[in-house]
Amino acid sequence: MLSDTLISKFDDVIARYPLKRSAIVPLLLFAQDEIGHISDEAIEEIARRVEVLPIEVIEDIGYYSMLHRQPIGKFNLQVCTNVSCQLLGGEEILEHCSKRLGIGHKQTTADGLFSLEEVECLGACCGAPAMQVNYDFYENLTPERVDRLIEDLKARAEK
Amino acid sequence: MSDYQSYMKGSPFEVKVISARFSLPDSTSIDTFLAHEGYQALAKAFQMGPEAVINEMKNSQLRGRGGAGFNTGLKWSFVPKQTDKPKYVVCNADESEPATCKDRPLMEYDPHQLIEGIIIAGYAIGAHQGYIYIRGEYRYLMEVLDRAIAEAYARGYLGKDIQGSGFDFELCTHTGAGAYECGEETALLNSLEGLRGYPRVKPPFPAVVGVYGCPTIVNNVETLCNAPHIVLKGAEWFAGLGTPKNGGTRLFCLSGHINRPGVYELPMGFPLRKMIEEVGGGIPRGKKLKSVIPGGSSCPLLTADEIDVPMDFDSLAKIGSMLGSGGVVMIDEDTCMVKVAQRIMKFYAHESCGWCIPCREGTAWLKRLLDRLHGGAGVTGDPDTALDVSYNILGKTLCPLGDAAAMPTISIVKKFRSEFDEHVRLGGCPYERKSAAVQAAR
Ligand SMILES: Cc1cc2nc3c(=O)[nH]c(=O)nc-3n(C[C@H](O)[C@H](O)[C@H](O)COP(=O)(O)O)c2cc1C
Ligand code: FES
Repeated sequence: MLSDTLISKFDDVIARYPLKRSAIVPLLLFAQDEIGHISDEAIEEIARRVEVLPIEVIEDIGYYSMLHRQPIGKFNLQVCTNVSCQLLGGEEILEHCSKRLGIGHKQTTADGLFSLEEVECLGACCGAPAMQVNYDFYENLTPERVDRLIEDLKARAEK
Repeated sequence: MSDYQSYMKGSPFEVKVISARFSLPDSTSIDTFLAHEGYQALAKAFQMGPEAVINEMKNSQLRGRGGAGFNTGLKWSFVPKQTDKPKYVVCNADESEPATCKDRPLMEYDPHQLIEGIIIAGYAIGAHQGYIYIRGEYRYLMEVLDRAIAEAYARGYLGKDIQGSGFDFELCTHTGAGAYECGEETALLNSLEGLRGYPRVKPPFPAVVGVYGCPTIVNNVETLCNAPHIVLKGAEWFAGLGTPKNGGTRLFCLSGHINRPGVYELPMGFPLRKMIEEVGGGIPRGKKLKSVIPGGSSCPLLTADEIDVPMDFDSLAKIGSMLGSGGVVMIDEDTCMVKVAQRIMKFYAHESCGWCIPCREGTAWLKRLLDRLHGGAGVTGDPDTALDVSYNILGKTLCPLGDAAAMPTISIVKKFRSEFDEHVRLGGCPYERKSAAVQAAR
């Protein structure tokens, strides 16, 4: 079941456009934020509300890299290795996360806590090397900072 | 949130126009904005009338900060005046050009400046609806903007009959969800219509047929942030800040091998050497500079001998590169340029939307070739093949993503050819061997 807050947000967003289908991508992202991934139910509901076929919604999901239909970890570590970050050790940060968590690109730990993703420029180039955990930015990273962050996230999950 | 100290380190060479309010306490609130000239340009624009605003914009020599550098006032003037269709203003806040992180502080520290710029644009072209298309990763900025938009509505700067002017304007944010191609204006319009972000054929240009088939201007965040200052202080003042045909200042994002990475507002035409040495504090650990990406990864790279150049659109074009999006990346002597080319191509191969065959196939081919070359399995003909493939992408695609992949590659292969040949000769990367040897000796 989609929550009432999500449904009322849907109505709000759809009303912003002269063409309802404009709302598809925002709605998918908001649904994903709440559910953790894009469920079949969310696809059906969005399609119904913006008056398109479910397949058209699925078509969009395949295009946009932030959208995913499978559940991922509670904390998604998105490490940038694009050029500004690469020059300052972005690949080493990715490698470090991978070793530390025992997972590779687009994988999730067995406990469902962490996912790892190598991503393109996050717009944090002056704070390179950088990553995002879900929507939060972490910049000027070192392997030690990453270790501390992972510990903090674990502690946060236990609360 | 971004760390203010880390992004806005400040420099005595800065000329602060669009970043002037960043350091004010509570800089995002409408009260702070109003106390510092906020929304005064809008009032002035209402007195001037749309035609005069467009002329002022044209004469200011403001050129698009999204990358292409088109004269903004001229773009606005292409919107048809006699039309039954609604018109739209779309702010491009997709900021995805690698090495570019300047729209972020503009939205984070002074959201009302952008909102005022968008309303002025709307008034000038006769639009009553604006969208801010913001990349999905910038979620916290969407929240900053949504709050600022709500404030503007509450105080009568958005909505019906703005400040008694009779002019109506609605504005909202729209989120993308991860796709570099959606920064390209026609792909962005498709994305805004709920479709995949594939580019459209031009002409017709968006100014005539844009979103929902209606006249639309698409402008970058930084471009729009300049509009209030031009209206308030005049075209002549603005043009005078920069170099001929390159008005105003620019937010330059210095990154890579530089002592003081950060975003700096400098006059257009600021000398690149001075930017590196005095604003950015030079290259760390006393290393020598090898190369510079002057304006995001889509631009041809410069060698260390080419840095005596004023940073404006025309001067960079003259030496075969581009000012692009303002992302300036310094690369030091210990860096393998084949690896740089490889990483840049990995990006374009990943982001190619697949619509045009030369781009889809060409970037994938180049990626495989560069992976192989850097990995040690390159053959003698590879560098020439890389050039050949690049030239077969250049100019052969609907949108400039293909060019953006080809141009840096061509420049790196040509300017650093000996490094490519060395990889082939050694069957591997000389830089990785060197660093492995250094580590072994420790
Ligand atoms: C592949 C590609 C990606 C682009 N990404 C952006 C972007 O993220 N932000 C932006 O403002 N312009 C981007 N542009 C440029 C836009 O197409 C367009 O020229 C710009 O938004 C126009 O605004 P301006 O005249 O104010 O610069 C991109 C262009 C291409 C070809
Ligand atoms: S290159 Fe990593 S954030 Fe821009």
